[in-house]
Amino acid sequence: MAGPVPPFTAEHERFRAEAREYVSKELRPRAAEWERKRWFPTEVFEELAGHGYLGLKYPREYGGRGADHVLDAVWTEELPRCGSGGLAAAIGAHTGIATPPVWKFGTEEQKRRFLAPAIRGEKIAALGITEPGAGSDVAGIRTRARRVDGGYLVSGSKTYITNGVRADFVVTAVKTTDEGGHQGLSFLLLERGMEGFTVAGKLEKLGWHASDTAELAFDEVFVPEENLLGEENRGFYLIMANFQWERLLMSLGAVGSMQACVERTLAGGGGSGATAGPAVANGQAARHAVAEMVVRLEAGRALTYEALRRFARGDDAVREVTLAKLATQRAAYEVAESALRLRAAAGAATEEIAELDRAARDSRLGPIGGGTDVIMREIVGRQLGL
Amino acid sequence: MSSAVSPATDQSVLKPDYGSKRRHFIFTEEHERLRESIGTFVERELQPHAEKWEETTFESWVFPRMGELGFLGLSYPEEYGGQGGDYYCNLILAEEMTKSNSGGLAMGIAVHTDMATPPIHLFGTEQQKQRYLVPAIKGEKISCLGITEPGAGSDVSAIRTRAVRDGDEYVINGSKTYITNGHRADFIVLVTKTDDEAGYDGFTLFVVDMDLPGVIREKKLEKLGMHASDTALLAFDDVRVTADAVLGEIGKGFYHIMWELQGERMIGAAGAVAGAQRVFDKTLQYAKEREAFGRQIGHFQVIRHKFAEMATKIESARQLVYTTAWRVHNGDYPVREITIAKLYASRIAVEVADECIQIHGGAGYMKEYGVERVWRDLRLNRIGAGTDEIMLDVIGRSYGL
Repeated sequence: MAGPVPPFTAEHERFRAEAREYVSKELRPRAAEWERKRWFPTEVFEELAGHGYLGLKYPREYGGRGADHVLDAVWTEELPRCGSGGLAAAIGAHTGIATPPVWKFGTEEQKRRFLAPAIRGEKIAALGITEPGAGSDVAGIRTRARRVDGGYLVSGSKTYITNGVRADFVVTAVKTTDEGGHQGLSFLLLERGMEGFTVAGKLEKLGWHASDTAELAFDEVFVPEENLLGEENRGFYLIMANFQWERLLMSLGAVGSMQACVERTLAGGGGSGATAGPAVANGQAARHAVAEMVVRLEAGRALTYEALRRFARGDDAVREVTLAKLATQRAAYEVAESALRLRAAAGAATEEIAELDRAARDSRLGPIGGGTDVIMREIVGRQLGL
Repeated sequence: MSSAVSPATDQSVLKPDYGSKRRHFIFTEEHERLRESIGTFVERELQPHAEKWEETTFESWVFPRMGELGFLGLSYPEEYGGQGGDYYCNLILAEEMTKSNSGGLAMGIAVHTDMATPPIHLFGTEQQKQRYLVPAIKGEKISCLGITEPGAGSDVSAIRTRAVRDGDEYVINGSKTYITNGHRADFIVLVTKTDDEAGYDGFTLFVVDMDLPGVIREKKLEKLGMHASDTALLAFDDVRVTADAVLGEIGKGFYHIMWELQGERMIGAAGAVAGAQRVFDKTLQYAKEREAFGRQIGHFQVIRHKFAEMATKIESARQLVYTTAWRVHNGDYPVREITIAKLYASRIAVEVADECIQIHGGAGYMKEYGVERVWRDLRLNRIGAGTDEIMLDVIGRSYGL
């Protein structure tokens, strides 16, 4: 028998089993409540940290597990089984997009001050790039940081910031020249409690209800020099550096979500919400509808794992990552929608319907976040010389 | 996209699209050398005849020539004249054969190497291997496979060709249709019914010489595509064979052929992906040369995005095929994965070919550009070796639905 498909090893699969059990026993039962409350307790970060899940790929010296990116990939694939895209997004924002730049570009002191407590779940991290006037177009960022004695004065605003309401620090993209753009962006570590830094609003969303999504306002916030992350005016490269990993994580999350939807459809509710009768309606149409879900899942998985193999090996993986994101995000939404439709038609219980409905709403962000499908097509097209 | 959209303007993403040409983890340097040698042969010795062969069907010298080069027995053991290679070598052959620009030729070879001869290798007696497999690997004997009948397509169990025992012999009566290589074949691997009462246990394979009395090659069938291949309607009228013509176990023919179909589907999927990649490359070239409204058509965003969508489909299908091949290579018998790969690769190949006609516009509709031929040839993939609908049924049933 063939073992796990590369890049996964038996060790990764052991971890997968452990993570899967943790997610289904410790997180999934609480998901519905968190969704209702539009919030999950901040202590969950510490709970996860206790199991090492927040620092899988980070060096031991900062409290991480010192493993490879593939282990983080396994975790990312398993997390959607909790049934709350919002929780997965919050954890992903913390470990997958906000802290990697600190690890990669931070000074030793910054790593001690921000990365280590983030790995311990004591400080919550957020990444602040998007603004009311700058989404896909990063070059349009207008939040301005002006040099003053000993640091910067920052004014502007950020929006759609996952974890923004509770974040202890926000890895924030700012303009450090009047022109801004690719040559004039920098990153500053803004901390909660800094004068002039306010959470201007908690945004309501289609899905991701358990996560907090903030609008942030900066009014002449003084940020000391030692909170500059990486080099001044080189911020664009910092954004670019993590894009591949972010998109790969999103692809893995979509694969995990599709896998969960397929399993839940086939299980016919399982557990508490189970109803009598077949998992899906009898007949060829339902059988084929399930088969179509599986085909989308496996096609997305095959491509995502190739992207992961390339990325983990240190190859240039832009092509594969971009294709994987394009292939999996819309698919995850459609698979969830199919699961919802099939199980509803088979008379599933309310709680189960609510979970599948949530999966569909949560997945709808996929083709938007981390670079829209349109942007992905642009990247692929440009790579082809078009 | 405006130049302000950041991702595409970063230097790190503006690299040539060498992705599809980089070596995949399942392949070794040796595989790449094999790929190059097959590819070079196909381009030099087969491709120049492609246009003519569309009219005449391909010439049978291709078999001994490919046999001489070792390409008909890549993964068969050396003791039978094979190259002793692994399963990936067959994938490579299927992929490289698309360079012939002739789906019909590629199919004729694939039927021989990956459909008709594998059952002889796996289920055959030593005598059968010496008599059929050895000359087939040399290209001296051409093979075909007889499953489909006028009254039995997707429903293999509806087969009515009967083999009735008569002393030391069997007498075969019935007909087979859509038989690739049927007109030129020296022998056929034939699915027959030997017991009406036994259900799926009532089928038996035979290997039958095509020059026996009673084997009638009826008409040559005209087709939508695959014009370079010969496709036969065959009749078997009191064909007498000895008991040593039984291939594998009596009563196990259905299961033997279900095994065969897995290999057929894998090779079909690999060929479909390679065919889609080839027409994609050709169309990309066209989109960079053809101008409309004062610019290259590939620079219109809608066209650019069509290529992105096609690339996504092709790469997904390729990874499905390679991952499944990896499982096969490592000893799995992954029916569900093979089915998924076959279904997905066939579908996307047809979609890609169709989009490539669209991008070519009127030129795509014209024979001389060769795009319409790809579309016609690939259309078979959604039907042959199990239709899309059968594939979906197999996948669904694999979960007990």
